[in-house]
Amino acid sequence: MNLNLYEELCKDYRFKEGLHTCINCGTCTAICPAAEFYRYDPRKILDTVQRKDNAAIEELLKSDTIWYCGECMSCVTRCPRKNGAGLVIMALRSLSARLGYFVYSEKGRQLYPLTKALNGNVLGYGYCVYPRTFNWELHKESGPVYKWHLEHLEDDMERLGANLDGDGPGILRKIPKEDLDEIKAIYDVTGGTERIEAVTRFSEQKASEMGMTLDEYEVYTFTHNSGNHTNE
Amino acid sequence: MIYEGKQKIWSDYQKEIPDDHWYYVRSCIRQNFFPASEKVFLEITRGLLKKDIYENPHHTTCGGIAYHSDTIPQETVMTIVARQFAMMSEAGYENYAASCITSFGNYIETLETWREFPELEAKIREMLWKACRREFKKPKYVAHTSDLIYKFRNEIAALAKFRLVNKETGEPLRVVEHIGCHYSKMFPSKGVGGAEYPYVLCGMVESWGGQIIDYPERRHCCGFGFRQYLVQANRGYSFSNTHKKFESMEPYKPDMIITNCPGCPYFLDRWQYVTAETEGKTYGEKPGQGIPVFTYEEVAGLVLGYDPWDLGLQLHQVAVEPLLDKIGIPYDPSAKYLGLNKKDLGKPELPSCMNCF
Repeated sequence: MNLNLYEELCKDYRFKEGLHTCINCGTCTAICPAAEFYRYDPRKILDTVQRKDNAAIEELLKSDTIWYCGECMSCVTRCPRKNGAGLVIMALRSLSARLGYFVYSEKGRQLYPLTKALNGNVLGYGYCVYPRTFNWELHKESGPVYKWHLEHLEDDMERLGANLDGDGPGILRKIPKEDLDEIKAIYDVTGGTERIEAVTRFSEQKASEMGMTLDEYEVYTFTHNSGNHTNE
Repeated sequence: MIYEGKQKIWSDYQKEIPDDHWYYVRSCIRQNFFPASEKVFLEITRGLLKKDIYENPHHTTCGGIAYHSDTIPQETVMTIVARQFAMMSEAGYENYAASCITSFGNYIETLETWREFPELEAKIREMLWKACRREFKKPKYVAHTSDLIYKFRNEIAALAKFRLVNKETGEPLRVVEHIGCHYSKMFPSKGVGGAEYPYVLCGMVESWGGQIIDYPERRHCCGFGFRQYLVQANRGYSFSNTHKKFESMEPYKPDMIITNCPGCPYFLDRWQYVTAETEGKTYGEKPGQGIPVFTYEEVAGLVLGYDPWDLGLQLHQVAVEPLLDKIGIPYDPSAKYLGLNKKDLGKPELPSCMNCF
């Protein structure tokens, strides 16, 4: 591909905000919760990007590395030069999604179940998290108390003062259709819909290569951990 | 001179918080996991303090979790934010209060990026008009709802029926405060006390009689990490971060934890449960006891004399009863899991290694 990847990154405002004059001191790595857990070093990522080596940036975009960050932005607080490694990561992930490079890595492929679940909630209900799509079996750490809560959702939400799926204001109110239509229109106009379609299309191709249906691929990418990512 | 210099530095991290007239937007996570906290926030500000807090039922998610999980472009989330601002403008408000820390960070990031790159603001205005035929004024002031409770902490203290004090010893309770990362790590000047010395929760605890305890990993992330929790395969990241915090705070023997972020109280509560079930280890005062974790509204509600079950404390996995007993807050154990009008909803299963009641 002849695309100049550094120039593409420079179009992203988060990249403009996140990379000024990195001196590679490594303070971001020292403070980073992800660097403690994963084999991850944000200093090296900024170094790679600053070199403007197209092949090296492409390798980065296809790697697990850029998907290790938790976007807590602790690095922003500590950087002596006001850089934000987390912001650079967001720009890299966005470009990886747009170009379909995310399917080359195990952690990158997780973008499909995330895209489907979160945007399904936003476009379908107006919330990023919605109790009727929350599958307790996939979140057993939420404990027996939350299982009980979900089993008695209407009663317990009423007890706690919510307006679950009701009209008017309130906790977990039903977001009217005209508002959901506006959110869909925003997705259409701003590239959100295009992003979902691109991620789905690249994931379908990858699922096919891996001999899976898209549904099987969704479950696999959501649950599979090769164990090759952490420091220990 | 040194003292004056410190005063000057501290004054840079003070935050103007308007007294009244707020446009209120809700949190996706809090509505799911801590619904009563949002109810209590409105009861305190509107009912008790007689403030004008307006909620428009047409507002939606800010899209922050989808954005920080990298599933939508920056233009998409900014245009959703712009739509929220448009509805605030249409309602005649200028002060914007977000219940969610991810949202608060999202709104601040949007406004600061527009300030630096006005052409992006112009682009988003065009996109919003094309998609929704709406226009907006930017808010004069953006607060997190914990800023409001912080501002009114002394009024709440004056009305309090209980203090954060051990009723047997008269000693202040030992409280860990945990600030959501996106409150002030990205834009320190936007949070009370900045990123290094955030005071928003300390101020509440001190006003209500408690004692803040310091510990090495006080500013460490709870470990939400967006995709690092949402994807099952990654949850070791989330668990490890919380585990690190508890190992760090354990020697200081905290009585309780107060938080201002939607996700943090969930993770600090639930990963204690997982630690107990997988390792048999608990961090509370006695074997089998955890360290109860609260939202700031839950703590405000407790000192104001709310029934703990009206605050939704039955939805915590770490039992709160030992702390209620320590303060002397009355509660009816048999009413913990009842629905409205004492409807029998059964009871949750009990964890095997953590005491629940």
